Amino acid sequence: MNGSIFVNFPFIVVAVLLALGFYTIGFKRNLIKVVIGVEILEGAVNMFIVALGYVKGGYAPIYTQAPPEAVGKMVLPTPQALTLTSIVIGVAVTALMLAFAVNIYRHYGTLDVTKIRRLRG
Amino acid sequence: MIEHLPALMIAVPLFGAFIAPIFKKHYKGVSIWAIIITGITVILSLLLAKEVVTGGIMIYVFGADKPTLVLPSGYSVPIRIMFEVDAMGAFMAISATLMSFVGALYSYSHVEKETGLEKYYSLLMLLEVGILGMVLTGDLFNLFVFLEIAGIAGSALVGFRNYRGEASEAGIKYLIVSAVASLMVLFAIGILYGQYGNLNLAYIARNISLNLVDMIALGLLFTSFAMKCGAVPMHYWVPDAYTEVPAGINPPLLVATYASLYALFRVSFTLFANIVVDLARVGWIMSILGVLTMFIGVTMALVQKDVKRLMSYHAISQTGYMLLGVGVGLTVLHDPSKLAEFGRDAMAGGVFHIINHIIYKSLLLMTAGALFYVTGTRNLNEMGGLARKMPVTTISFMVGAAAISGLPPFNGFASKLLIYETSYRLNPLLTVFAMVTSVLTLASFVKVFASAFLGPPLEKFENTKEVPRPMIIAMIILAALCIIFGLFPNIVLDKLVYPAVDALINFAQYHSWGGLA
Repeated sequence: MNGSIFVNFPFIVVAVLLALGFYTIGFKRNLIKVVIGVEILEGAVNMFIVALGYVKGGYAPIYTQAPPEAVGKMVLPTPQALTLTSIVIGVAVTALMLAFAVNIYRHYGTLDVTKIRRLRG
Repeated sequence: MIEHLPALMIAVPLFGAFIAPIFKKHYKGVSIWAIIITGITVILSLLLAKEVVTGGIMIYVFGADKPTLVLPSGYSVPIRIMFEVDAMGAFMAISATLMSFVGALYSYSHVEKETGLEKYYSLLMLLEVGILGMVLTGDLFNLFVFLEIAGIAGSALVGFRNYRGEASEAGIKYLIVSAVASLMVLFAIGILYGQYGNLNLAYIARNISLNLVDMIALGLLFTSFAMKCGAVPMHYWVPDAYTEVPAGINPPLLVATYASLYALFRVSFTLFANIVVDLARVGWIMSILGVLTMFIGVTMALVQKDVKRLMSYHAISQTGYMLLGVGVGLTVLHDPSKLAEFGRDAMAGGVFHIINHIIYKSLLLMTAGALFYVTGTRNLNEMGGLARKMPVTTISFMVGAAAISGLPPFNGFASKLLIYETSYRLNPLLTVFAMVTSVLTLASFVKVFASAFLGPPLEKFENTKEVPRPMIIAMIILAALCIIFGLFPNIVLDKLVYPAVDALINFAQYHSWGGLA
């Protein structure tokens, strides 16, 4: 299947997710939905990086006990390491954003971003 | 020990940050701990700068003794995470450690009545780690990780006063901006990795060929870092964040903003330096962005009533000067005669303005914090006649205001003069805007001075006293630096700024580390 149009399918999904994420951040009024939008963006970026290193029918990049036919067909490990790191960071960011959202709801009584506007001018 | 300095710069504040929670409820102890740790990093950064300025670029490889180690198969690409410290990185590291130290010192009294201080100091040191990592690293993915660390620690500190809804509002704004910006940086890193199969800045920079995908990556990196350094039109988070953050965090937060500016310079000068044709265009974009930023920032500052908010808008406006100075240099980077004529000086002006601005803006925000500390308000209309009660704060404010307006003999004058002289050579219109901005800056600080410090003494401030001693010491250190940098700009320029500028201009040197062909 390598070489056919379907190889690019993950990247099309990435593009759709990016557009969806930016739309959610830009046009949704609920703060929780904005946080979800950031999460969608993060998913898109992570998927992009993983898709970069993927080989169709590839083997896990572990040299010990690899079958002989795996040579030259291993999936690139670096993008996966990058994605793991980025997921961990993403969890911290989301937790902090939700904590802020809880605190904002406590003080403002609403999660509508058009009403959370005490800082202005 | 000297060869491990780049790693120690990260390790020491990281150690401090994770030890800090042990001092639960011992608020005096944790403040002193933070002051000690940040003090040690100041010394380390000075040693590092001395080493880099005299001995050239320092490369530190994690997990190997030399950077030239390659894969067993003989495929010769850099495979390890490494720190690459040139004079520009060392310059930013000094700014970061110095401001963290001053911030910790100031916080000793400024936040003593708050709770949860062990977390506060822990986050302060984590913020320092993030900044230092960003400016020292030679690896793109590492840059992203430290960008996120600085973003998370910074926004948590912005929302530190969680009994105020406004603090959380500012915090989530800052966090969303920084999360989106860093995700786009990661996306660009993915694009570059997909093409060149490596994350090392120097390696990618040497192999780069400006095809369409690279241009997308450049655009993404440029916008994300411009967004995070508060350039117009993505400046709206700056006043909120700077206003709500406790004044002791303002200095490191300012440096965190300029660490993104550093990353912007690193991307345009080092990563994409080999592209001769389009770099002038990037330089022009940067200069025009700078002019817009300074002008819009200052016009919005003029109408503010909240003293910290007013100063935050000036922070946006001053970022414009740095963008202008370095942008002028970038425009003529591949034109040796013009570069020698005014490009190098323009960049020196921009880079010198970074440290000058960090110093005087921290000083001003600290005096605003001192006003808040004694009066309990930030509204200028409710203050008045405080000059007699708070002499040291008044004098510090005057020094800071004179410096930001570019009056001689303070440090703002030295760097602004360099920027005026050189941007005039590129296009006189740029200089006109820069000078008008400077005049408007002076006007708005005269307003602050008159309404907060002058006028008849108000009855409700009858019993106010000068702020406690640690805050005074922190302010005096910065005021003294303002005057020293203004009186002897040559020393700072020769020892720190020109080496940093040359490090940016001689990008080939950065690319050719370790002898790995």
